[in-house]
Amino acid sequence: MAKEIICAGFGGQGILTTGMILISAGMEQDKNVLFYPSYGSEMRGGTANCTVKISDKLIASPNSKHPDILLTMNTPAIDKFEERLKPGGLLLVNSSIAPDDRTYRDDITVVKVPATDIAAEVKNPKGANLVMLGALAAHSELFSVEYMEEAIVSFFEKKGKGKFNEKNVACYRRGVEGK
Amino acid sequence: MAKVLLKGNEALAEAALAAGCRFYSGYPITPQTEILEYLSWRMEDVGGEFIQAESELAGINMVLGAAAAGARALTTSSGPGFSLKQEGISYLVAADLPAVIVDVMRIGTGLGDISQGQGDYWQLTRGGGHGDYRTLVLAPDSVQENADMMAEAFDLAEKYRHPVLIASDAAIGQMIEAVEIPEFIEHDIDKFDWTIKGCKKGTEQRKIQNIYYTHPDYETYLADKYAEMEEQEQRYENIQVEDAELVLVAYGISSRVCREAVEAARAEGLKLGLIRPVTLWPFPVKAFEEAKAAKAFLTVEMNILGQMVDDVKLATCGKYPVDHYGSIFEIPEYDGIIEKAKEMLKKGEV
Repeated sequence: MAKEIICAGFGGQGILTTGMILISAGMEQDKNVLFYPSYGSEMRGGTANCTVKISDKLIASPNSKHPDILLTMNTPAIDKFEERLKPGGLLLVNSSIAPDDRTYRDDITVVKVPATDIAAEVKNPKGANLVMLGALAAHSELFSVEYMEEAIVSFFEKKGKGKFNEKNVACYRRGVEGK
Repeated sequence: MAKVLLKGNEALAEAALAAGCRFYSGYPITPQTEILEYLSWRMEDVGGEFIQAESELAGINMVLGAAAAGARALTTSSGPGFSLKQEGISYLVAADLPAVIVDVMRIGTGLGDISQGQGDYWQLTRGGGHGDYRTLVLAPDSVQENADMMAEAFDLAEKYRHPVLIASDAAIGQMIEAVEIPEFIEHDIDKFDWTIKGCKKGTEQRKIQNIYYTHPDYETYLADKYAEMEEQEQRYENIQVEDAELVLVAYGISSRVCREAVEAARAEGLKLGLIRPVTLWPFPVKAFEEAKAAKAFLTVEMNILGQMVDDVKLATCGKYPVDHYGSIFEIPEYDGIIEKAKEMLKKGEV
């Protein structure tokens, strides 16, 4: 199994944290993992993206030309990366932000989740990325839904932020449900 | 020790401490600033000295002072800042002082830009400062090697009393991988008989100065020192080279993509191999002895001029065509490398 994932959105939406959670989950399963952030003259509120690779084999390039999964949290992220997604790949869309009438490639699976709205509803506005991770777990073979949840909980606990886990899990589970 | 997730730059910084480095002085520049940032708090934990210098020049010269006192001293930079350190590196060489200098390469001449590049090969391998010298250069290809090479770099520096350079790049520095930090070792700064630390009246005074002034047989000394390094310190990794029709030659970030290219090409019946120089100087000429079936060589580097081509031609005595697959804005992709390899083999260039 070799999976390539690009996570993209606005700075501040937890894009880089999402990538870190994914590689932490992979490392705990003794996979080879790689995280490559976009970096540069970035600014708060600007775009952020990172590439994540999780594999049983050695990982070569830190870039992903044709990712298996694209986790997007805003419209510019879809504009930038949709065409690179592998045929048959999974596109996760934050439908709180991306317009309803937007059309997508017909050779990919598109899953729309109102992540920003759900995060606001469970009073965890910074947890929209975890809603997206819920959708990712539910619609891909990457990690089981249960394992992904454990990985999120353990990630924040290790960072000394375990007290937020109740609300984090609430976001995640709503993402798994997709609504 | 368990594996942890660290950026290449952070792993390098932590591994420097593990290797006994207790003196760091440098100046921030992307894409290596995490090394300073990390050491600015972590060096204190281990009782060492961290100094954010007023410039790269100050940074390298403080390293020279610390090395003269026997400390394992480190400075790091990238592109423009690395150029500023060249004078100090030349002085380290002149005074037979060990130190480790890291260049986390970025793109471009002049100020260039902050994205990944491999354009400093010539500067790294030819002796970037003035005078008649070269330095050992190690080229890590992963976060783990960033960590593993630190102790080796300090050991080599002390073995030869010579600065050792580490040729990292922005991709290796910025990526996060699972890494095992080597065990911490103690470095005794009094273990050498040449370091200066103040002396009592009547005892022999030690001096750190250009050894040219004092060495009884300077010419032979220099020739032997470099010959020994060239003979003893070639390091490389050969991947499926023996039966390869076309051999890729690449280091650092480019070598990772070449690994992928070798595997993908062989899956479709094209016999590619890879020589990965782990030391850029001395260039691993010995690695090429295994390339018995090779018809041509292709360097893959993140620069446009093909800076390693000359070294490959020398290593193969000019007997084979050597071409270059270069990129500067993007890390090369494996399919482009395979296409170029096929072109070379088809063209009858070979």
